[in-house]
Amino acid sequence: MLDSLLSPIRNLGHMTVNAVWRLGFITRFLLAILRYSGQSLLRFSLTIREIYFAGVLSLIIIVVSGLFVGMVLGLQGYNTLSRFGSADALGALVALSLLRELGPVLAALLFASRAGSAMTAEIGLMKATEQLDAMSVMAVNPIARVVAPRFWAGVISMPILAALFNVMGIFGGYLVGVVMIGLDNGTFWSQMQNNVDLHYDVINGLIKSLCFGVVVTLIAVFEGYDATPTAAGVSSATTRTVVTSALVILAVDFVLTAFMF
Amino acid sequence: MSSDHFIEFQDVSFAYGDRPILKNINLAIPRGQLVAIMGGSGSGKTTMLRLISGQIRPSRGKVLVGGRDVAAMSHAELFEHRRRMGMLFQFGALFTDLSVEDNVAFPLREHTRLPDSMIRDLVVMKLSAVGLRGTQTLMPAELSGGMARRVALARAIALDPQLMLYDEPFTGLDPISLGVIAHLVKKLNDALGTTAVMVTHDVHKSLDIVDHVYFVSNGEIVAEGSAEEVRASTSPWVHQFVWGEADGPVHFAYPAGSTLEEDLGLKGGRHA
Amino acid sequence: MKRSTIDLWVGIFVAIGLAAVVFLSLKVANLTPQSADQTYTLYADFDNIGGLKVKAPVKQAGVVVGRVAGIELDSKTYRARVTLSMDKKFTFSRDVSAEILTSGLLGEQYIGLMQGGDPDELKPGEHITLTSSALVLEQLIGKFMTSFAEKGSSGHDASAAQ
Repeated sequence: MLDSLLSPIRNLGHMTVNAVWRLGFITRFLLAILRYSGQSLLRFSLTIREIYFAGVLSLIIIVVSGLFVGMVLGLQGYNTLSRFGSADALGALVALSLLRELGPVLAALLFASRAGSAMTAEIGLMKATEQLDAMSVMAVNPIARVVAPRFWAGVISMPILAALFNVMGIFGGYLVGVVMIGLDNGTFWSQMQNNVDLHYDVINGLIKSLCFGVVVTLIAVFEGYDATPTAAGVSSATTRTVVTSALVILAVDFVLTAFMF
Repeated sequence: MSSDHFIEFQDVSFAYGDRPILKNINLAIPRGQLVAIMGGSGSGKTTMLRLISGQIRPSRGKVLVGGRDVAAMSHAELFEHRRRMGMLFQFGALFTDLSVEDNVAFPLREHTRLPDSMIRDLVVMKLSAVGLRGTQTLMPAELSGGMARRVALARAIALDPQLMLYDEPFTGLDPISLGVIAHLVKKLNDALGTTAVMVTHDVHKSLDIVDHVYFVSNGEIVAEGSAEEVRASTSPWVHQFVWGEADGPVHFAYPAGSTLEEDLGLKGGRHA
Repeated sequence: MKRSTIDLWVGIFVAIGLAAVVFLSLKVANLTPQSADQTYTLYADFDNIGGLKVKAPVKQAGVVVGRVAGIELDSKTYRARVTLSMDKKFTFSRDVSAEILTSGLLGEQYIGLMQGGDPDELKPGEHITLTSSALVLEQLIGKFMTSFAEKGSSGHDASAAQ
């Protein structure tokens, strides 16, 4: 009886200890990646290859989602703003919400589920099929050869994808606001330009997406590297990548927003 | 023990946590020999390979390769040691995102500064040594199991290693591919003069090619000898293993710690 | 190094990314090159700046000619000192007047300049002397109420005293 009451508490303690242990491990892992980054960045073609898989292949989902998010923002924003008679501010609303929050966050979430999960699965499968072992037995460090190029590819791709998401979103807002609803083209852009600040909004948004890039890719490569080398292990690691990334993106977003704005 | 022993295990023990895998292993493998380590699944055979390659360290005792303690090697020395070593993994462990050519060229590209054209020539030579010249542009997914194993073998010998480790090289192959791999292993060993350690449970094929056999059971060496000695062995354990009998010194049933009657609750007793 | 289509795609990808950033900087954020050598500083003291914020535009006849670079309280006079970063292309006479205006009823506040007639020009670092404060809605209503109904004055003394 007492045992069944205590077991949730025990589980909670166990989970906490486990989480702290993993946090320590992931930090050590990041340090290892940074340590071996020198030699892997010297052979930049490895990273370019991974940018192709992480970045270029995410283009479509980013472009299409960005466009739709911008169009939704345009519609909803117009409906709300027109109640207060300030539909002219639609351009500013769309641009600011995208640049500051939606662009970096949504692009990172999409990136985690498109590229992050693929990275986890790939590294996890390489582990399961002893490819990582084979590499280290061939005196090649798998962190330098496999993990670090993927990490840097993610860190480089994320801001690019977020910027693209923003541009597409603003274009989507433009389509709805100006082309569909018929707001004045000049007002749309000038409102945007008057209210968007390069440093505050654009640069901070890019810094955000850079942070997300580091976090998401680190989680992805870590989960892959740490995966139990079985089919079930790889699949649960892939799920964990998406879930953990989503939570961490939102938490980090809150912290960064509190600092920046 | 004399110094022409290339690999020596001195009182080696190894445990994962408190689960012992190897207990007081002593063995010595002379330079240039092809040695097989046999035993049932989970008997600690693969652990011995991993000790030799330095992927794990013994809990007690020493593993000497070429007279040097593998566990005491620095990071750089360990990499140097591995550079002179080739390993064939159970299922080949080819890099699935690289073509056959890039797989075989991998160790060359990582460890030498040879020009591209020379690497390509070396790859052709290694591939023709395993009879797969012309497969350079294929991806590992396009190869049969036997071909993948041969490509992996070509990759393992790319740097002309002094030491070859084979982890279950015959698992999951049809009899013809199995014969081809066994033939290649023997041929390469003779041609290159490497010392080779093969972990396997395929008895008959291995006995055809190896110089010496160790039998491992429950983390201990229970028998050893040359191929002829093993075939003629009267040890019940060796007899059971070589002829694949279901029961014998190695029990069919797991040592459960409780009787079947207890587990089925027929005698009540333990439940409070 | 082997050239491949992957390199080409990654090149296109990075180029698109750079183009996106340039677009965001120029078209969306309207990055006008406002480096220090293309602007000069003016000061203006106000009794009350209302909701004026840093980076708010400074306009002459509705055209943006500068931005608010800083706002601080003068500890001697207890008035708000606003630093204006002005475009070098435009100079203003000594009797230019500055006024805090609101774009629309609920819009952002900005500084409106009104060019004077003095032939002498303001030099960088000088003060705009003619200023009028922001209209604070509560005060406006308060004043209206006091003048309209003489007796209801007690509740609005504080705001009137400011």
